[in-house]
Amino acid sequence: MEIKQTAMAGTLESSDIQIILRAGTNGYEFELESDVAKQFGDQIKATITNVLQAYAIENAQISVVDKGALDLVIKARALTAVQRALAIVDTPNWEVM
Amino acid sequence: MANSKERLRRTMMFVPGNNPAMIKDAGIFGADSIMFDLEDAVSMAEKDAARYLVYEAITTIDYGTAELVVRINGLDTPYYQNDIKAMVKAGIDVIRLPKAETAEMIHELEALVAAAEVEFGREVGSTNLMAAIESAKGVVNANEIAAASPRMIGIALSAEDYTTDMKTHRYPDGQELLYARNVILHAARAAGIAAFDTVFTNMDDEAGFYRETELIHQLGFDGKSLVNPRQVAMVNKVYQPTEKEIRNAQQVILAIEQARIKGSGVISLNGQMVDRPVVLRAERVMRLAKANNLVDAEGEYIGK
Repeated sequence: MEIKQTAMAGTLESSDIQIILRAGTNGYEFELESDVAKQFGDQIKATITNVLQAYAIENAQISVVDKGALDLVIKARALTAVQRALAIVDTPNWEVM
Repeated sequence: MANSKERLRRTMMFVPGNNPAMIKDAGIFGADSIMFDLEDAVSMAEKDAARYLVYEAITTIDYGTAELVVRINGLDTPYYQNDIKAMVKAGIDVIRLPKAETAEMIHELEALVAAAEVEFGREVGSTNLMAAIESAKGVVNANEIAAASPRMIGIALSAEDYTTDMKTHRYPDGQELLYARNVILHAARAAGIAAFDTVFTNMDDEAGFYRETELIHQLGFDGKSLVNPRQVAMVNKVYQPTEKEIRNAQQVILAIEQARIKGSGVISLNGQMVDRPVVLRAERVMRLAKANNLVDAEGEYIGK
């Protein structure tokens, strides 16, 4: 699947995470900002990567600002961002959830 | 998660559906029911985000014995059907329909919930429903709404919209809600389901909150919708039985047990017959006593 439009999900409030997806040409290109990047950076990227792969997205630029989000929040925000980027907000892919 | 028509429902705490911090902590305040809000607490632009956040929370976080409720968007909105699908798939205990005005609205909701249960492999009938009454029409039709489906577990009064519809507003003494409260309560009791009172939003008026909670407790409401976690303990305090009530309930339950052992059909206590309403009240007192930690595992009184 190709990203149709730049999309953002999440906020900069505590316990949240903001994810911006843009069309890319070179696999998954992450840009991550987080106070806990050292400890949890790989895990944050892995959770987002899983969601992108579930939607068969091959290329994306992913900007992430983490404010201490739990894994379930990261997954929910990634799902939201992907469905917005693919313009399928009103007809979500229920299989992926 | 647990479903039962006889469970305690003193406190139904609102949690904004798109707020990760509040969703994460929602289980620690001891509310009997946690109500995730996809409706008024979420802006139009974030309806999808809130839906997935609540979905992930329900399927991931252990909220203990709390009953999990979600307030979906109304059936006149474009979010209604996807809200139902996501929440049924997540395995929510109860779907709360806002602005309920007719039994047909409950029937329509029930059909969509049943279809979603089939689609996502949930047991058909496992998702309960409740309705919020927010208008004069809803109050007038409260009986048919409460009895509209065997899935219905409760109806709630939502006073902000209701008082606007009635061309008034909320007053400290609550006179403007007296009719609606009694109608909703009777509709709920006649249908054998729970009745929830409206929220009290002025957090600075603690005396007013207690006055209102004592009133709805006296009328017979199961409990109240809450907007602030601080109010959970306040409601529980009002619903807490007295030592005298607990000791009396223990005697009633003991008398039933003795009558059972003797094989006697008639139960008496202190020379008076114990009939069914007395038994039911005693059982409810003991449930409340347990929930307030006033009795130990054996049912012995341990309050001060």
